[in-house]
Amino acid sequence: MARAEPAVVVEDLHKRFGATDALRGVSFTIDRAELVGFIGPDGAGKTTLFRILVTLMLPDRGRARVLGRDVVADLWALRPKIGYMPGRFSLYPDLTVAENLRFFASVFGTTVERERTQIAPIYDQLAPFADRRAAALSGGMKQKLALCCALVHRPDILFLDEPTTGVDAVSRREFWDLLGRFKAAGMTIAVSTPYMDEANRCDRVALVQRGTLLAVDQPDAVARSFDRPLFSVGVGRVPAPGAYRYRALVALRSYEHTHSVYPFGETLHFADRRVDVPPEQVMRELRAFLGSRGFGEARVEQTSPSVEDSFMARMSGEEGMPAA
Amino acid sequence: MSAAQTAAPAIEAHELTRRFAGFTAVDRVSFEIRSGEVFGFLGANGAGKTTAIRMLTGLLAPTGGRATVAGHDVLREAERVKRDIGYMSQRFSLYEDLTVRENIRLYGGIYDLSDREIADRTTRMLARLGLEQAADQFVRAIPLGWRQKLAFSVALLHEPRVVFLDEPTSGVDPITRRQFWELIYDAAARGTTILVTTHYMDEAEYCDRVSIMVAGRIAAIGTPAELKAQFHAASIDDVFVRLARPSA
Repeated sequence: MARAEPAVVVEDLHKRFGATDALRGVSFTIDRAELVGFIGPDGAGKTTLFRILVTLMLPDRGRARVLGRDVVADLWALRPKIGYMPGRFSLYPDLTVAENLRFFASVFGTTVERERTQIAPIYDQLAPFADRRAAALSGGMKQKLALCCALVHRPDILFLDEPTTGVDAVSRREFWDLLGRFKAAGMTIAVSTPYMDEANRCDRVALVQRGTLLAVDQPDAVARSFDRPLFSVGVGRVPAPGAYRYRALVALRSYEHTHSVYPFGETLHFADRRVDVPPEQVMRELRAFLGSRGFGEARVEQTSPSVEDSFMARMSGEEGMPAA
Repeated sequence: MSAAQTAAPAIEAHELTRRFAGFTAVDRVSFEIRSGEVFGFLGANGAGKTTAIRMLTGLLAPTGGRATVAGHDVLREAERVKRDIGYMSQRFSLYEDLTVRENIRLYGGIYDLSDREIADRTTRMLARLGLEQAADQFVRAIPLGWRQKLAFSVALLHEPRVVFLDEPTSGVDPITRRQFWELIYDAAARGTTILVTTHYMDEAEYCDRVSIMVAGRIAAIGTPAELKAQFHAASIDDVFVRLARPSA
């Protein structure tokens, strides 16, 4: 392929299933050796997009090129170059770790031994469980085995569909560490996830919502695009800090200057309706309001928006139904 | 509910244990959850959470120790426990080929509510969720976020004292996730006790208290602020990573 062409070029992809528009005009590129995260809820269109890019599904409209090849016209030339890890665990539960690996290697006409160097970072973690049946692995180890099987034919690009969903926080970190190592070795990686906190592990993130991309940019840039000052409000009192914080949230909903307020980790995030008022004044008035409602001890400070704040600000409406 | 009932813990586990051939999934676990508390039940995959929840919901007999849920012993009064609790999981909760209204009616019937109670509670539930328009749609046709909120409300239909939520917000967008938590707080404020599991560590911060299970034991328990202070960590995520050794 021409060196100048990015690893993935997608132009105006559309896909419809019955009455559902799964993709509504999606365009983006992924550079070589870039790690791009597609972040969005279930049903946003992430899986449909990945299936089209790995040549398993035809788009209704638009086109996509992967590694310089058209995903529809050149699918047979493209398939051996692609590693794909579907969202559902797709290995043979009754085969052992070693048997699954050997099977996937043989499907692509190679052997585990020949590819040993390529898969070493992950194979070494799996080796102690080589004789265990895949069904008996923990969630995190299952995902590592699936990644290893997707890598065993030495693809040039990896598509990982929600590899960390339902996986605990520790295993998720380890999985992302592995992706970082493969990326450093020159692999192009597209990965989808519903976890906003994984955005910062990506070179760029694409925010996916209802079949469209709300943004495609570096995580910092997406976060900074939040359009107004943001404040964190710390309230919490034993014995029920969660319930107490919720009461503060409800109180803030009735504050005349509230643009948005929602729980964010151990704090509430608050944005003021007025964009032309200095932050010091916003905080002073906010503290006064909270004090008048019995939350005098609340800690108010300006904070940096995250990718998640930005995502919520960009989400339009509530999935076509009135809000609860 | 009498004052005495309110004061008694909603869930009480004492040395609760479950052994399977060759290993101990839950190993002498003791804790109390008070009425109206939102309790985050955390742990790595394979740490024993699911086994513990199956015992607390009367589905699996303990091999040691004891537990009471809503005042009933989980071993001797398992059927009473099942009546007095609600349960919702991300994987299964509603029948997709039934309408919203039919699902509510089915669950009402299972819990022996009268036709009158079912009709009244259906009306109230649909109004509270803003789902009146969708009442006669198939569940599979409504968006996931709404399904999750509906599933939670259905789990509360028979007004259980304790509700178990197993990864209720998995895969849901960040706004709907927060709306879901408002339903949780709302139920807790009305006295319902909530035990919730999640892999979203920011949600752990929403809980009144959390426990973190590691290899069948409760390795830490307390308010999010207490745990962060105890482990000198900036977030529950950090506490979790420090405690939960990578499991195979």
